Amino acid sequence: MDADAMLTSKRDGDRLVLAPVGAWTAVHARELEPLVDVQVRSSQPVRAVEIDVTRVDRLDTFGAWLLERLARGWSARGVEARITGIKEDYRGLIEEIRGVGLKPAEPERGQNRVVAALATVGRTLAGIGGVTTLILQMFGAVTVAAGRALVNPMRFRLTSLVAHIDRVGWRGVPIMLLITFLIGAILAQQGIFHFRKFGADIYVVDMIGILVLREVGVLIVCVMVAGRSGSAYTAELGSMKMREEIDALRTMGFDPVEVLILPRILALIVSVPILTFLGSMSALYGGGLVCWLYGGINPDVFLSRLREAISLETFAVGMIKAPIMALIIGIIAAVEGMDVKGSAESLGAHTTSSVVISIFLVIVLDGLFAIFFASIGM
Amino acid sequence: MPVATATQQPKESVIRVRDLVVGFGSHVVLDHLDLDVYRGEILGFVGGSGSGKSVLMRTVIGLLPKRGGSIEVFGADLDTLTEQQLLAIERRWGILFQQGALFSSLNVKQNIQFPIREFLGVSQRLLDEITEAKLEMVGLGPDVQEKLPAELSGGMTKRVALARALALDPEIVFLDEPTSGLDPIGAGEFDELITTLQRTLGLTVFMVTHDLDSLHTVCDRIAVLVGGKVILTGPMSAMLASDHPWLKAYFRGKRARGIAG
Repeated sequence: MDADAMLTSKRDGDRLVLAPVGAWTAVHARELEPLVDVQVRSSQPVRAVEIDVTRVDRLDTFGAWLLERLARGWSARGVEARITGIKEDYRGLIEEIRGVGLKPAEPERGQNRVVAALATVGRTLAGIGGVTTLILQMFGAVTVAAGRALVNPMRFRLTSLVAHIDRVGWRGVPIMLLITFLIGAILAQQGIFHFRKFGADIYVVDMIGILVLREVGVLIVCVMVAGRSGSAYTAELGSMKMREEIDALRTMGFDPVEVLILPRILALIVSVPILTFLGSMSALYGGGLVCWLYGGINPDVFLSRLREAISLETFAVGMIKAPIMALIIGIIAAVEGMDVKGSAESLGAHTTSSVVISIFLVIVLDGLFAIFFASIGM
Repeated sequence: MPVATATQQPKESVIRVRDLVVGFGSHVVLDHLDLDVYRGEILGFVGGSGSGKSVLMRTVIGLLPKRGGSIEVFGADLDTLTEQQLLAIERRWGILFQQGALFSSLNVKQNIQFPIREFLGVSQRLLDEITEAKLEMVGLGPDVQEKLPAELSGGMTKRVALARALALDPEIVFLDEPTSGLDPIGAGEFDELITTLQRTLGLTVFMVTHDLDSLHTVCDRIAVLVGGKVILTGPMSAMLASDHPWLKAYFRGKRARGIAG
């Protein structure tokens, strides 16, 4: 269907006649561009150039632009170039393209590498400072909203809270139980395998009890919640922000923190301790099962050893941490969600950083708690 | 059922829709609809909100499945084409979505270059030059090239989206409510832009619109969709002359006084 496109040239004294032939269209642009450039670069000593387009069957913006580039190439060398034989259909297009003024390409500003590296460091630090400020602001805003809800309990959105507890708590129970069960089982298996070498099998029970109740239960649950619910919060708030829903709330006189964020964070604060408790029990169960089946420690031996190894304090240490971790996850999710800008990419980036920062802070906080509890002798 | 008015001289139909049925569940949106779009014309497509204008457009471009009937584009029945042939046809049309549908993570320049880079494989230099030419054709300066879609105003978004729709130099352009959300001055300028581009590039334009001024100033023909069928096609004068109650309400209602007078 498409005739091939070509560019023929003919010398006529000191005049050069260039005749484009065929379909000068987007499809052929790749083959046509080198033909045009060869002509522009050729240093034929001519005084005038005529571009005769009578034999062009089809022309579109790409073709017209290449013709224009041809004409401009000669004009730039002071040779007069004219386009002749324009069909009526194409006159408008060629005129239009002739009017296109190209801005000279700006040379890339070469930047010193050291300067660029330092600039990156600076920007990153400023970014960290910015996020810290946002976190503190969000913490303040949530506190104020919670205070208002305390003073005027009718304002509090109980339905929303219950719905979110259902989503992050109740629906999360099966996966939390499964994961913590596996973690408990793996801890027990590894412990028995190594402790057996020096006949200390029974101390595996101590290890599992203390590790699960103090650290692993709450950490695993928090990592899961950050990935499962924190990311969802960020994505929800972010897309509401993108679609101006948050602005709409504001103009109706609602405080988005009170309507959207407070119920979500409270739902986490309620759910995470419950999930932590269930998760810890599941991990102990998994550990106990492996001790029995793989280590030959009978369930009643396991239980009596466990009773000696742990105290209520051990359990309390884990449970005290849970709501605080939940608060951190919720605040980070809200900050990142509210910081989403217009693009889909920004939504993705903020959702990622919501999860990464939450998990990072949960682990840092866990370390601080460990120091704190050690120093008060718990 | 004859659709076109009697005075049509034989013209090449670039889009030929026959007996098209489209529905969702038990709800039939397009009920045995016939429509022709001729080469080189600007067809305005009107109908009440929710009457299925966008559904027709989306069915023609293949975003929605149809239940029955046939759609021919450039004389080829879309059902009988291989994937390769369909792709070749898709490259010959461009679509301006209602909200622009610019890729939010790419800047203006990358948005326009994206289809060209994918399909034509031309040099970066030609790519840059063509981008600038296209932007200038839709009335935007080179300074918008580095902007992200989120930083553009409504009118600029539409223009950039139009430039992207025109990136591969299509023969048919589908415009979904091109002037919605623009102020009357912006809408007028956009109408003018469409007319100019249609003339210079020889485009066939299929325009879904509610803008009576656009219909009046830009469109060669108008097709009216009521009750899942095209009840009338023809120029504005035919619309104004019709006694159909919906047409009377639409073209001679309170909001239409300016054009009738």
